Amino acid sequence: MRLKEVAKKLELEVRSGAGRLEAEVRGGYASDLMSDVIANAEEGCLWVTLQSHVNIVAVAAMKELAGIILVNGREPQEETVAKGDEKNVPILVSRLPAFELIGRLHRLGIPGQGADAEGS
Amino acid sequence: MKLENKNPQFTKIQELVYELKVTGVMTRDLITVPPTAKMSELRTILRDNRISGTPVVKDEQLVGLISVEDLLTWLTRGGTDCPVEQVMSRKVHTLYADEPLVHAVSKLEEFGYGRLPVLDRRTGALVGLITKGDIIEGLLHELQIDYHEEEIHRYRASHFFEDMIADKITVNFHYHIHGKKIEQGGEVASDLKRSLKRLGLHPDVVRRTAIATYEAEMNVIIYAEEGRVDVNVEPDLIRIEVRDRGQGIADVGQAIEPGYSTAPDWVRELGFGAGMGLPNIKNCARDFDLASTVGRGTTLRIGIPTGGEEKRCA
Repeated sequence: MRLKEVAKKLELEVRSGAGRLEAEVRGGYASDLMSDVIANAEEGCLWVTLQSHVNIVAVAAMKELAGIILVNGREPQEETVAKGDEKNVPILVSRLPAFELIGRLHRLGIPGQGADAEGS
Repeated sequence: MKLENKNPQFTKIQELVYELKVTGVMTRDLITVPPTAKMSELRTILRDNRISGTPVVKDEQLVGLISVEDLLTWLTRGGTDCPVEQVMSRKVHTLYADEPLVHAVSKLEEFGYGRLPVLDRRTGALVGLITKGDIIEGLLHELQIDYHEEEIHRYRASHFFEDMIADKITVNFHYHIHGKKIEQGGEVASDLKRSLKRLGLHPDVVRRTAIATYEAEMNVIIYAEEGRVDVNVEPDLIRIEVRDRGQGIADVGQAIEPGYSTAPDWVRELGFGAGMGLPNIKNCARDFDLASTVGRGTTLRIGIPTGGEEKRCA
């Protein structure tokens, strides 16, 4: 599913990287620790986090993630938005808390990473 | 949908039917008839173009479909000449051009049709026709492109160094890290990643080098005044040295324990300093050497083989 459709279905608001919403979302990863995301998130996945500072953009850009969703109504800082536009990294915001948002992403058919490892 | 099949080629096709759009494989060159066309003319149109049916179009809008079957029904009822619109099927299943191929596959399957008209979602105009043959052709074409890209990649990976003639080949990259500028964190790793990709190194090797460099870069930014990264790429090994003038590490053994951190609160609040950096680096590298003098600085040396060795990060 494309990021654009995900955004529409879950009523996410786009804060940056509006030009890259056609990208295909291949999975999801949730974490607030940069090192965890750097080590474990996979290319093309959506990253769900509470962190709103500018470094999330560098992490997402380096890992070539599909985008970042800030939960609980958190807004990205101004420089985060600027960097997101510069690096073409979509940042979206949701009013929902992480657990609920991730549940809805799953219902849309977006798998979490490591789902294969369970042999499902 | 769950992809349970372990056959990579099959999974690839499953991926493609979700990825590809109807517009990418449909036939655009259409033979259509106006609703006012006579049934007697239709016979010639179907025969001359060797088709078994055609869309009926008025002002670019699809108004029906007429097929050989409709023609036969009309003939058995006496075959009195009349406009196509009196015989055609008006209830037509359609697809939008921007729908994924999987929708076309399931609709063709569900209704048992040989073809489906494709409409533009915005204008509703008829823009194409899709058949099972189009879908198969589209998939094969895409697989071929993928295969081709992989071949090119392999070529670049294996030949960049082979094409250079010398007794010893080394490619060097040097970067400067400004300490304390946390908002610039990741730039060196990003630049290095892009450069290594261009060298055509294996994606897994690039990934591991990028992760290790990112973590080392963040360490310099958080704990030191400034630092430098020297990367030395040889055909079989990438060596990375990160040297800083900073506070140094009192107990190196403790520092590489997962979860151990001396990061200040403000750094932790940003999601850094969780004691995962050095363990991440260690997991990505084959050779790992950390030397530090308190008050002077730290030097990290790591080696990552380029042979695509199966060692997973973290």
